[in-house]
Amino acid sequence: MGHPILFYGLAALLIAGALGVILARHPVYAVLNLVATLFALSGLFALLGAIFVAVIQVLVYAGAILVLFLFVVMLLDMAPEDLLRLRGGTLKWAGTLVGLVFLWQLTRAVRVFVLSPPTAPPGPPVAGTTAAVGRLLFTTYALPFEVASGLLLVGIIGAVVLAKKKL
Amino acid sequence: MITLTHYLLLSGILFTIGLVGVITRRNVIMILLSLEILLNSANLAFVAFSRALGNLTGQLMVFFVMIVAAAEVTVGLAIAVVLVRQAGKTNADELRGLKW
Amino acid sequence: MVIAWVILFAPAAAALTIALLTRRSKPLSAGLGIGALGVGFLCAWKLLFFLLHRETGWVLQRGVSWIDLPGLNLEFGILLDPLSILMSLVVTGVGLIIFIYSVGYMAEDPGFTRYFCFLCLFASSMLGIVLANNFVTLFIFWELVGASSYLLIGYWYEDPKAAEAGKKAFLVNRIADFGFLLGILMLWSLSDLGGEGRTLNFLELAKRVPLLSAQGVVTPQLLGLIGGLLFCGVVGKSAQFPLHVWLPDAMEGPTPVSALIHAATMVAAGVYLLARVFFLFSAAPQLLQAVAVIGGFTACFAASLALVENDIKRVLAYSTLSQLGYMVMALGLGGIAAGMYHLTTHAFFKALLFLGAGCAIHAHHTNDIWQMGGLRRSMPVTFWTFLIATLALCGIWPLAGFFSKDEILTLAFTQNRLLWMVGTVTAGMTAFYMGRVFSVAFLGRSRFPHHVHEAPAFMTFPLIPLALLCAIAGFIGIPEFLRHQRGVHLEFNPTVALTSSLFAIGGLGLALSVYALGLGPAKSFSSAFGWLKVLLIRKFFVDEIYAWINRNVQQRIAILLSLFERYVIIGLLINGIAKVTGLTGSLLRRAQTGKVQGYALTFLLGLAILIYASWR
Repeated sequence: MGHPILFYGLAALLIAGALGVILARHPVYAVLNLVATLFALSGLFALLGAIFVAVIQVLVYAGAILVLFLFVVMLLDMAPEDLLRLRGGTLKWAGTLVGLVFLWQLTRAVRVFVLSPPTAPPGPPVAGTTAAVGRLLFTTYALPFEVASGLLLVGIIGAVVLAKKKL
Repeated sequence: MITLTHYLLLSGILFTIGLVGVITRRNVIMILLSLEILLNSANLAFVAFSRALGNLTGQLMVFFVMIVAAAEVTVGLAIAVVLVRQAGKTNADELRGLKW
Repeated sequence: MVIAWVILFAPAAAALTIALLTRRSKPLSAGLGIGALGVGFLCAWKLLFFLLHRETGWVLQRGVSWIDLPGLNLEFGILLDPLSILMSLVVTGVGLIIFIYSVGYMAEDPGFTRYFCFLCLFASSMLGIVLANNFVTLFIFWELVGASSYLLIGYWYEDPKAAEAGKKAFLVNRIADFGFLLGILMLWSLSDLGGEGRTLNFLELAKRVPLLSAQGVVTPQLLGLIGGLLFCGVVGKSAQFPLHVWLPDAMEGPTPVSALIHAATMVAAGVYLLARVFFLFSAAPQLLQAVAVIGGFTACFAASLALVENDIKRVLAYSTLSQLGYMVMALGLGGIAAGMYHLTTHAFFKALLFLGAGCAIHAHHTNDIWQMGGLRRSMPVTFWTFLIATLALCGIWPLAGFFSKDEILTLAFTQNRLLWMVGTVTAGMTAFYMGRVFSVAFLGRSRFPHHVHEAPAFMTFPLIPLALLCAIAGFIGIPEFLRHQRGVHLEFNPTVALTSSLFAIGGLGLALSVYALGLGPAKSFSSAFGWLKVLLIRKFFVDEIYAWINRNVQQRIAILLSLFERYVIIGLLINGIAKVTGLTGSLLRRAQTGKVQGYALTFLLGLAILIYASWR
């Protein structure tokens, strides 16, 4: 499913970015690392043939959501955070350890899963073009689509209400 | 050959990184940020499966996940702002209202 | 047979009615009590004639099954045979007389109705004991009788001495009943014959015990043990040594109570029990010998204590103890009829003695014999009836006491010379102390500063039938009636009769000469034996010994046990479990940190475990 070189390169960028997010001291650095991560992710989507999703990943996620994050970070003017609570706390060590354990289990699970492939044979690769996605969106998945817009409406109203100083 | 497995493993690694971030970061905003990584790892898994099964539903799921993420980030950040404004703290350790 | 149930339940119904309905009305309560007992008396007569007219089968039984489970079969029933009918006649008859007397004696007492209620309760319980056909019924009424005794001894409960005496009686009886209950339980557990199930019915047990001992299931030692345990109940109820201490103190109760309960009936319940379960004892000769020895010793011991008492009721109490000793001794020697005969005659003359003493006490407002005297002119009825009763007690022919005591002494003569000698000497002592009491309290000049007049009619009238009974009870054939079921018939032995009469007359004469005529060095006599006198007055220090044991042994054990209960059972087990729960709770509470990230970590861990478990 794609060039190995492209895959490994984008994967490396992805992981580096993600690690950067959780390890960064300054909040702004963290957000910027996340932007890089999202770009790499978008590249991977394109590699997989999902071009529509790849584009809106950059447009919506990196472009809108992370910008929002950036605004809030700058608004709150937070101090650089200590790196993973260097001062102590079992939580960081426990968290890392358990995270690694979890990863290990996950890999096992994946291997076992793939060894027993799904029953349905894969069909011909369908390109994830805008037209194709749009067609599905407005026919089979029309209801979720409308509900999602309702969700967005609720989100907006919630945010406005919460952020007001006086109701 | 890059198979489905590679993508799934990658997704798993991303997920773990996100989880560790959620558990270990002290700042509330950073926790929310790590949450985004989690969501994105799920998106990767969806798209990989969509390609492997030849079914576009996975990509549609990504679409919806993104919408939800947007809404969640909006409200979450609004709450964080209000919290910081009122309690004056951004440290997750100090927000211990659920303690016995 | 219905009449038998009437005898039993009429007084109980009266007690209940008095307690619930007629508390305010003195005449009604008294009337109910007297009526109930009167009805019982008539029914008992009817049963007597019924029994006499039967040629064979002088044993009847009726029972109601109370608990009927596999493995546990208890009934509540009535047994009619000469023994039980005789006892019910005595209880209802003497009881009736005493009830009538009580109307006069307790006339001014504010708790009159309460008194009659308790009396009826007692009568019902006593009748329950004598009519019971199995151990369970008997034990229930046994305990009820103890309770009624407690209630009646402590009748004047505001007086601390009376309250103490009531408690003492109940506690001593409780100790005895513990052994009694153990004996009953042992007997029950062994009574299974050929898979028919265990039983506590007297007739059934009488059939089974010989078979069981033939089979080897019940060894003579075991029978001896059971008999010994059952005898514990007798020792308590009939106040044998060493559990005799409650009876003298029980005189704190009203005099009619002393007459009924502590002379005529309740204390005789132990003797009755011995007669009832004699079939158990007959296989264990050592036990019987022990019983006889205890009886004989008690007789002598109590008589010695009576020699120095100045309280008229206490003298009579010791006298009761002594005569009970005779009865127990008789049963220990195998003479059921003799013992029961003496029980009957004793009921008559002792009740009469107590009632007469009650009249004297009522007139003088004191129990002290040294404040009375010269009652021949002022209280004639009391005087003459008391005299008859005294002579009967001393065993002077032709009064009733002579015949019954003679039976016992003859029995002792043929079986155990030592006991015979003890019995005869005790008879002499009996005569002496009764003579002393009579001389001091009734003869001579009055020591009382005020004028004394005869008691009211309600009190003097009942004395007369009792006096009559004392006179004629020797001739109405009680032992023959009893022997219809079992027993050894003894020939009249002139030696015994003569010796006992001599001792009796001698004792009386000595007492009269010392106390009535003032002859003899009474003062120097008592000073020469001063140490003996102290010993007797202090009742051989038995009470002090018991108090010491109680303080040092029983209280200490009780303190130990209470510490054990407080620290081990409550502290360790109960509170401990609670504390462990609390500790566990506070430990687990540490998981509620309030930090969301900690919770998330827990989720992660759980998720990892789940994935591991499901994809292995």
